[in-house]
Amino acid sequence: MSPRQTGANVARGGRQQLDVRGLLCPLPVIRTQERVESLSTGTLLDILATDPGVLQDIPAWCRVHGHGLVATARDDTCIRITIEVCET
Amino acid sequence: MKKAIALISGGLDSMLAAKVVQEQGVHVEGLNFYTGFCVEGHTHAIRKKRQVKPRRNNALWVAEQLGIKLHIIDVAEEYKDIVLNPKHGYGQNLNPCLDCKIFMVDRARTWGVAERDFDFIVTGEVIGQRPKSQRKETMPLIARESGADDLLLRPLCARNLAPTRPEREGWVDRDALYGFHGRNRKPQMALAESFGFSDYAQPAGGCCFLTDAQYASKLADLWDARGARDYELDDIMLLKVGRHIRPARHYKLIVGREEGENRYLEGYRNRFLHLRTAGFPGPLALIDGAPGPRDVTLAARILARYSRGRTLPRVDVSAHHVNGVVELLNVEPLPPTELPAAWHV
Repeated sequence: MSPRQTGANVARGGRQQLDVRGLLCPLPVIRTQERVESLSTGTLLDILATDPGVLQDIPAWCRVHGHGLVATARDDTCIRITIEVCET
Repeated sequence: MKKAIALISGGLDSMLAAKVVQEQGVHVEGLNFYTGFCVEGHTHAIRKKRQVKPRRNNALWVAEQLGIKLHIIDVAEEYKDIVLNPKHGYGQNLNPCLDCKIFMVDRARTWGVAERDFDFIVTGEVIGQRPKSQRKETMPLIARESGADDLLLRPLCARNLAPTRPEREGWVDRDALYGFHGRNRKPQMALAESFGFSDYAQPAGGCCFLTDAQYASKLADLWDARGARDYELDDIMLLKVGRHIRPARHYKLIVGREEGENRYLEGYRNRFLHLRTAGFPGPLALIDGAPGPRDVTLAARILARYSRGRTLPRVDVSAHHVNGVVELLNVEPLPPTELPAAWHV
């Protein structure tokens, strides 16, 4: 399953934020999975994290579940990963 | 098409078991449990020296190789009862492997068969592979006590066991399953090669910290010091990090061993009395327990012993109390000869 590189589509499902700063993998992945279960297709989810492991694990989780990886960004204090909930 | 839920640890056996069933045209999805004691993930994140290696979650990686969905379930809270009260006892350390396997198969049954539309459960168990949980006599016990009964298929050793319902009803072909047994890994490696798998995790001590003697010793110490067999998630996370030094029953130090651990301990500093060296780099130490003033001075001397000032006659250490008060101490680093080996947990 290859990742779906998608563009922002705020109108379809809105945009939400998940703060998993301070949690170590795999907890950020688990919290993402739990949140995505309640979101509708097209929703963008901004995940804020501190464990660099999320840079590998959340894209991998998106790939196996068919969700879209929209963007990743990192500064000194925080990692932000945006995913799009897709029909799976 | 029949559907199977496969326990995926991230290791080779569960990967092969899922693949064998997949090859028979069964739809397979993976299930991975987070107990809090998983070696996966946390250690990679905490220890700086490991960060030079590619960081990956092996269970997710296996799912990608197989092209299956992987559901990671947080069972840390309910898993406590397995650790604290294992019906079948512990293995060599504090590893309740048999109860753990029963618990996980039961959860897979509940999650997959009872609550969703999966038809059966797949595990990578091999008779004789593990001394505590994977023995000929434990296989039916796990099936029975988990409630999975004959919906539990072990594709790697199925031909050494009585036919399960998936075999009897023709959901899978028993002749295309395997009869592996014992600790020899060659059959699994040959099967991996036949599937084209060349890169897979081979955890030497299993995937659980409870099988680790040093970790188990720290957990036993925690229970002894608190006078109760219990823990919170933060407790078991902190046992994975740093030097644990207990000068007395009522307190211990957790001293970061390198930058990654110090950074991790920083996340806990507001919840603990913590010590830092002043004037030059040194580790961060959290104090767990209820130390008195003399204890804090001794803890400062121990911290100084692990700082760059260890050879100096005196070192400044700041003690940051939970109420926000910062106490400045000037202490003599504790000579190694005055740090008894018995204090190291």
